[in-house]
Amino acid sequence: MKNMFRLLMRHALFWPSIALVLLLAGSAAFNPAFLSVSWHDGHLYGNLIDILNRAAPLIIVSLGMTLVIAVRGLDISVGAVVAISAAVAALMIGGSFSADGAVNSDYPLWAALATALAVAAACGLWNGLLVVKAGMQPIVATLILMVAGRGIAQLLTGGQIITIYYAPFFTLGNGYLLGLPVALWIAVLTWVALHLLLSRTALGLFVRAIGGNPEAARVAGVRSSAITLCVYTFCGLAAGIAGLIVSSNVKSADANNAGQLLELDAILAVTLGGTALTGGRFTLAGTIIGALIIQTLTSMIYSLGVPPEVNLVVKAALVFTVMLLQSAEFRALVGRATRGTRATSR
Amino acid sequence: MNALMNRRLLPLAVTMALFVAMAAFGAFTYDGFLAPQVFLNLIIDNAFLCIVAVGMTFVILSGGIDLSVGAVIALATMISAALLAAGWNPYAAMAVVLVVGAVFGGLQGYLIQRFGLAPFIVTLAGMFFARGCCYLISTESIPINDATYAAIAQARIPLGGGASLTIGGLIALAVVVLAMRVAHATEFGRTVYAIGGGESSARLMGLKVDGTKIGVYLLSGLSAALAGIVMTFYMLSGYSLHAMGLELDAIAAVVIGGTLLAGGVGYVAGTLFGVLILGIIQTLIAFDGSLSSWWTRIVVGALLLLFCLLQRLFEGRTHKGA
Repeated sequence: MKNMFRLLMRHALFWPSIALVLLLAGSAAFNPAFLSVSWHDGHLYGNLIDILNRAAPLIIVSLGMTLVIAVRGLDISVGAVVAISAAVAALMIGGSFSADGAVNSDYPLWAALATALAVAAACGLWNGLLVVKAGMQPIVATLILMVAGRGIAQLLTGGQIITIYYAPFFTLGNGYLLGLPVALWIAVLTWVALHLLLSRTALGLFVRAIGGNPEAARVAGVRSSAITLCVYTFCGLAAGIAGLIVSSNVKSADANNAGQLLELDAILAVTLGGTALTGGRFTLAGTIIGALIIQTLTSMIYSLGVPPEVNLVVKAALVFTVMLLQSAEFRALVGRATRGTRATSR
Repeated sequence: MNALMNRRLLPLAVTMALFVAMAAFGAFTYDGFLAPQVFLNLIIDNAFLCIVAVGMTFVILSGGIDLSVGAVIALATMISAALLAAGWNPYAAMAVVLVVGAVFGGLQGYLIQRFGLAPFIVTLAGMFFARGCCYLISTESIPINDATYAAIAQARIPLGGGASLTIGGLIALAVVVLAMRVAHATEFGRTVYAIGGGESSARLMGLKVDGTKIGVYLLSGLSAALAGIVMTFYMLSGYSLHAMGLELDAIAAVVIGGTLLAGGVGYVAGTLFGVLILGIIQTLIAFDGSLSSWWTRIVVGALLLLFCLLQRLFEGRTHKGA
């Protein structure tokens, strides 16, 4: 029994899960209705469902970010890509009123979605090319798109917030399927697809090998440039999907504010989930828990009536704590301190 | 040796040539572009960017990065405005702000140095923290009505021929001169270059690596606080959304100024020209009148790309040469 507990404690998902459960329990203690889920208008309804729905874009982006970080990279342009994808979709769908009052989309919905996703994937590919072919540091390579990306999105929308009137598009961010939010289904699908791809093929092993030691992986015959390119492209695509969900949710595309600071939340979610920022070790499930922790924290702060601005300070404190716990030097320091107190208590 | 010097000076030369070319383009295309005041305004309007970019130069030279500076500037404007609203002496308020900035930067440096944490992630958390603190002070913009601040904001230093400089612009230029001296004529400056060139070699050379690394972030925090004070002269208000994304502009200015992001190579003077180039892009777009402001971001992104590719080219050659 004790052994089992120790095994459990050593499991990568143990601490992130405990943090999430504690947060939920804390919220429930302050607000007993927090955990209640009911059936309303043909779908599930409640704070928990709301958290899952709102966390979906973050989960999707964070999954892409996890892989990028796993190959020793970083993508700080995801927020800008969200804005670009939303702008492209909004421009192509637009919505013109026909004579009988119905709203038509300018292009077929599937064409608009496909174009937006293709553009987002191209953004990711661009980042990947800069990292792999031009050999730039990932932060710098993606900084370029982070700076220019919002400019491009504003150029597309003409600096305006574009409102979308075409109702079928709203399903992505507001619709329900089998009682659960469509956005959640998309996030789950993304996760399952990635999980199967990484655990049922050698791809997961390759990604770990590249992150563990890029040079050794290359010598061992792993096609690291091609895989790294794919990973960045997927991260762009993930940001694109998130952009569609976000713009569908607010029924508009705002080049200035869509996906603002999302890159930071995504990196935070990945770190909280237990993926090493130094690359090599990653966990997709951990990332999802990390994203849920962030969203639960936000919802909890709102529901407690604390000014939402406190959120930033709490997030910062969280990052500092997690970073210190991951640092070997800090563990050594704490280890010495606890051993010291044990010695004196004896 | 001569060839090495040339390689190091080449990015700086490219930056200066680019600035001159842009100024020449402006002079040919638009009437009244070549007036001295247009160029002085580049410094006046970008004084806070210049100060914070100089601090960032040291961080990047040491091989690190500081993403918290924009948020620290906002915090500085908030603390100034809040203290003045509470009836503090303006100079005491400025001193408090500078101390807060230095302590903030120093703490980040301590975390980075002592626990071997990634500078990127520490300063990212620092950015969250500083912006959060701004919101804790107030979510609204706080106006500054202090007489001393207003006097400083309106003061103009005549330079002859009708051209003039503000106190903020003067501070920015003084910071540049001081930083050039620190970078090239002090033990601290040379240690920063050595750490950027190779931390373990610097340590083996017996240089004070630990203290210098913390000092670099302390300096960056201090310069961000000073930039915040200069910004309050410019805006006469404290607001938590001031200087949003300014850290990116500062990094862009440093990179465009020819400093290698890998650390070890670069000049403070280059950063000044980087800031001037960012400024002249905005001025050109303003003179044109038909281009929208978001073109600024796209052009800055393109320039960043250009200079990063250029850097890779130089790095490749340096390695082959070595």
